[in-house]
Amino acid sequence: MGEQVIVCKELTKRFGDFYAVNNISFEVNKGEIFGFLGANGAGKTTAMRILCGLSYPSSGSATVAGFDVYRQQDEIKKNIGYMSQKFSLYENLTVSENIEFYGGVYGLSRAVIRERSAALIQTLGLEKEAKKLVGELPLGWKQKLAFSVAIFHRPQIVFLDEPTGGVDPVTRRQFWDMIYEAAAGGITVFVTTHYMDEAEYCNRVTIMVDGKIEALDAPQALKQRFGAGNMEEVFYQLARSAKRSSD
Amino acid sequence: MEAVVLDGITKTYAGGKVLAVDNVSLTVKPGELFGLIGPDGAGKTSIFRVLTTLLQADKGSATVQGLDVVKDYQRIRQILGYMPGKFSLYQDLTVEENLHFFATLFGTTIEANYGIIREIYEQLKPFKDRRAGKLSGGMKQKLALCCALIHKPEVLFLDEPTTGVDVVSRREFWDMLARLKSMGITILVSTPYMDEASLCERIALIQAGRIMQIDAPEQIVRSYPVRLYAAKADDIYGLLKDMRENPAVESCYAFGEYLHLTMKSETADAIMALEGFARERGHTGITVKEIAPGIEDTFIRLMNQKTQ
Repeated sequence: MGEQVIVCKELTKRFGDFYAVNNISFEVNKGEIFGFLGANGAGKTTAMRILCGLSYPSSGSATVAGFDVYRQQDEIKKNIGYMSQKFSLYENLTVSENIEFYGGVYGLSRAVIRERSAALIQTLGLEKEAKKLVGELPLGWKQKLAFSVAIFHRPQIVFLDEPTGGVDPVTRRQFWDMIYEAAAGGITVFVTTHYMDEAEYCNRVTIMVDGKIEALDAPQALKQRFGAGNMEEVFYQLARSAKRSSD
Repeated sequence: MEAVVLDGITKTYAGGKVLAVDNVSLTVKPGELFGLIGPDGAGKTSIFRVLTTLLQADKGSATVQGLDVVKDYQRIRQILGYMPGKFSLYQDLTVEENLHFFATLFGTTIEANYGIIREIYEQLKPFKDRRAGKLSGGMKQKLALCCALIHKPEVLFLDEPTTGVDVVSRREFWDMLARLKSMGITILVSTPYMDEASLCERIALIQAGRIMQIDAPEQIVRSYPVRLYAAKADDIYGLLKDMRENPAVESCYAFGEYLHLTMKSETADAIMALEGFARERGHTGITVKEIAPGIEDTFIRLMNQKTQ
């Protein structure tokens, strides 16, 4: 095992007498693609908000990129990237402006932004679109650009919240190529998805049910343990007993 | 008479600059469960809005139960049920109030057609006094379906009812659709999840406003023109990159645990050749086998043909 970039111990988030996240413990290794799965309402979003420094836990401990989720939220935010399907880029800014904006938010110098921006636009093949509004781009391109922007400041960890929802099957796979590449470059990837074939692309996967982690292992090991042919079957076996359902 | 007919429908936005639906024709038979399968931006919602008389097409014609979507729009609205992709009930009304509202709007009562929604509504009953805005995603979806059904529609239009919903709720929802179908209701449903295609009787694969293929899912899969192979190794990403450099390989995509590959030319020893290539590149734990293609394989192939 290499360096651990996320360490969670008995992490709990309570709203009144409702345990949204109930005593979860896990570690994520540097450069790992870590799949965070669960039924709607299992507590994934709540746990992710804590790990992104957006919400305090009720009890337990966690560090992200070496920073404490109670005391060092600002440090956490500087060292992670975040992308979700629902919100990613400003539709009324151009491709270049979006990149510049995010680079600025993360405190990169103008020179660095210029240099990385040119390289990024070239890698994505968006030279012709650089001055177009993001709102005019097809969804697949937007998602790829959003991911690139989320790791533009070279964070230690990137959190991806259902990054491929609604995307066509070819673009979805190109997106995963980018995830693999980022992980190979040492960025840890923490990802949620409703596509169970994508769970197979993760090094390890957790499945949350009713606030607890019910399973945590490599996809192959989970399939063996549950006697399942694929991850969808594993998920179904674990999640069908869930009592909660909410967003 | 066909339940739904689209004949050469074209729809553009932004003064003709954005082509959303490009000359689409299809028919849905009475009592059929028909799926529109495609990603966001394929034109699925525009087609639904034309058929539900909410949007006029630029070109072409369409009918629902023999009624024209333009001339007979008022009569069509009486006989169709529509569940839009975006939750569109009144958030500040309770579950029961929403249902009552929609029943009244269509000149009927909850009691008159309770038989149709009984199985779905029973699950919502414990929450009948809760405001719709406070329901969970799965519950909202069930309430929206009840409201779309309460006037006993002849044709049901469901626009991405399972998007963003977990595997367990998705299966439940498809079970509900099967029961509605058994009551004789014609259903047109759209989804971006390719694995749901096999639950429909016939499907249309749609991409960038155009229909790529229409048929029964089994037939679509059977029409896959070449042999398909699955391969895996301990380092699957390394194998993906290597196989894409293999001059004999036509296409190579990640598919869950395996890669799916097609060859540029059909040879009897393709499996051995692929295994040999992987070994040469230093891979371990190699498995290669021939497999039956799925809907997603077909979709990818058709998409690539279109863009080439």
